[in-house]
Amino acid sequence: MLGFIARRCGLALPSLFGLLVVTFILVRVVPHDSAAAMAGDAATPEQIAKLTKEAGLDRPIVEQFVLYVGKVARFDFGESAFSRREVSLDIMERLPATLTLTFCALAISITIGIPLGVFAALRHNQWPDYVLRIVSVLGVAVAAFWFAIMLQLLFSMQLGWLPLRGELSATMSRPERVTGFLLFDSVITGRWDALRDALHHIVLPAFTLSLGGLASIVRFTRAGVLDTLQNDFVSYGRAMGYRRSRLVWRYVLRNSVTATITQIGLLFGGLIAGGVVVESIYDYPGICSYTVQAILTGDNQVMLAVTLMVGVVYAAVNILTDLVHGLVDPRLLDKP
Amino acid sequence: MIPILSIRDLKVSIRTDAGVASILDNIGLTLERGRILGIVGESGCGKSTLIRAIMGILARGAEIHAGEIVFEGENLLTFTEAELNGRIRGSQIGFIPQDPLLALNPVFKVGTQLLEIMRDHAPEDGLRGSARKRAHIQRLIMLLRRMQVPDPELALERYPHQFSGGQRQRLLIAAALACAPRLVIADEPTTALDVTTQHQILLLLRELVTEFSLSMLFVTHDFGVIAELCDDLCVIYAGQSVEAGPVAPILASPGHPYTQALLACHPERATTFRGIPGTVPSPLAAPPGCRFAPRCVDVQPVCSLGPPPSGLSPAGATVKCVNYA
Repeated sequence: MLGFIARRCGLALPSLFGLLVVTFILVRVVPHDSAAAMAGDAATPEQIAKLTKEAGLDRPIVEQFVLYVGKVARFDFGESAFSRREVSLDIMERLPATLTLTFCALAISITIGIPLGVFAALRHNQWPDYVLRIVSVLGVAVAAFWFAIMLQLLFSMQLGWLPLRGELSATMSRPERVTGFLLFDSVITGRWDALRDALHHIVLPAFTLSLGGLASIVRFTRAGVLDTLQNDFVSYGRAMGYRRSRLVWRYVLRNSVTATITQIGLLFGGLIAGGVVVESIYDYPGICSYTVQAILTGDNQVMLAVTLMVGVVYAAVNILTDLVHGLVDPRLLDKP
Repeated sequence: MIPILSIRDLKVSIRTDAGVASILDNIGLTLERGRILGIVGESGCGKSTLIRAIMGILARGAEIHAGEIVFEGENLLTFTEAELNGRIRGSQIGFIPQDPLLALNPVFKVGTQLLEIMRDHAPEDGLRGSARKRAHIQRLIMLLRRMQVPDPELALERYPHQFSGGQRQRLLIAAALACAPRLVIADEPTTALDVTTQHQILLLLRELVTEFSLSMLFVTHDFGVIAELCDDLCVIYAGQSVEAGPVAPILASPGHPYTQALLACHPERATTFRGIPGTVPSPLAAPPGCRFAPRCVDVQPVCSLGPPPSGLSPAGATVKCVNYA
């Protein structure tokens, strides 16, 4: 098991290096002078030249790259042209919010999506199946920003049940920073009022973000279960009097979720992309809104760092996906 | 003594896109206590549907129109789904499937799957919780040892793909016997195995029937297997039972023209290769009366008028044919 993880991590490194190369080149290829952006609109050509020299932008590109890799290896992503702060600090501050949001969205998608998928499969070609099919197509097709606004209108403006925006009320003091994850910090410091408030704030964005994934999890699970139901071991289970609920939710489901697990891993990328919209609308202080800001201001250091970091998260999720595959289907771990 | 299982005039049809297919038509058979009844017929004759009907696991769209399936004096067709699952399947009737690899769930340990059967169906022993589970594990280990599965304790912790085909079939025979059933239904359990393993499994089954005082319904298309294992025989053609009786006399002098033709095709008995002209009628458009009539060498006009009458062949078998009426 440990060897399996080590092997996967080893395989992830070359892909991350490739990502590093590609993003570095892309940022250099774009006709955009980051020194000028850093210096601001009112800067004189001398000031820009000085900044260019300081940032090493006048050196050969290979040398720049080697320097860059050296810095990345020390977890130094330079400083943001916009905020004049260390990029790594900014990221550490904002990543937890995005990760929390993403995992909440994923949790919603999975806990609702898998049972619905199983249900649709058991009612194959009957009306619940048709209804779920239409709903899940809508879930994929409906734009997240529209859905977000509708939810805000209903639950915040009309009913007033949930807050409109942000991750914490303005009147609520932030709990002491321990892990950087607001929810965990609230629990660790015993700030139950903050926890309650933060949970209230995360409901709408997480639900909005979960929608696309929810729909695809329903569809993948349904297909998987329909496929599994054809197997001989299902009719054997019936012939030997397995209790029906256990046959379906334990013995059939575990064989059916292979494709769903792969899909959940892939969804992660979609969730981070979807986070751009959701974090903007709900004004959620995560990494995605930070990135949008960086792109709009041409903040190269931030773009490079964020892309690499998303790559790392993605690679980690992929390793996790493989691991879960192995746990669900022991035949996979048997192979060398 | 009343038979353990008797089926009378069973009619099953399946609704398909092309119309209603009559799969079983007036099937009747009797399994006496302590005996092995072989059901023989070619592919598609309704053997599997018959088994599924007995256990109440017919596919969606299948319907039982008439007849009764009497097991231990009770008509199983009057049972609810919950009664069948609680009292019959896995508990009083054990099942040995055709392909042991496909019948085992690949992602669960063998022990988990066998214990799942015992969880709801093992005879009441007064134990609860973990003590009950330990007793079940003990019984499974005893059964696996009897089935000559090496290292029974370890076997329970392994996954299906880690066993050979013959061993997997032994696991499933143990599973069928786990809850001390009265009747075991075996659906071509040796078809997926090679000939040597097949022979060993047949010997094992033969011993188990005496040892565990079972009765067995053994479905096959192989007369060789019938001759080796079974006491009684029931021949099915296109969803109709055509001949039934003790094995030896039927094999020596088959009564029904279909049994005769079938035995004449058996490579070990055939003198010349004849084959049976024609094809099995489609269950969507089954001929009225005797379904073998269109291919029969002794066919008479009366054969296609109504259901063939029962008669007794000189060998003492019940034959559904006008020739013996």
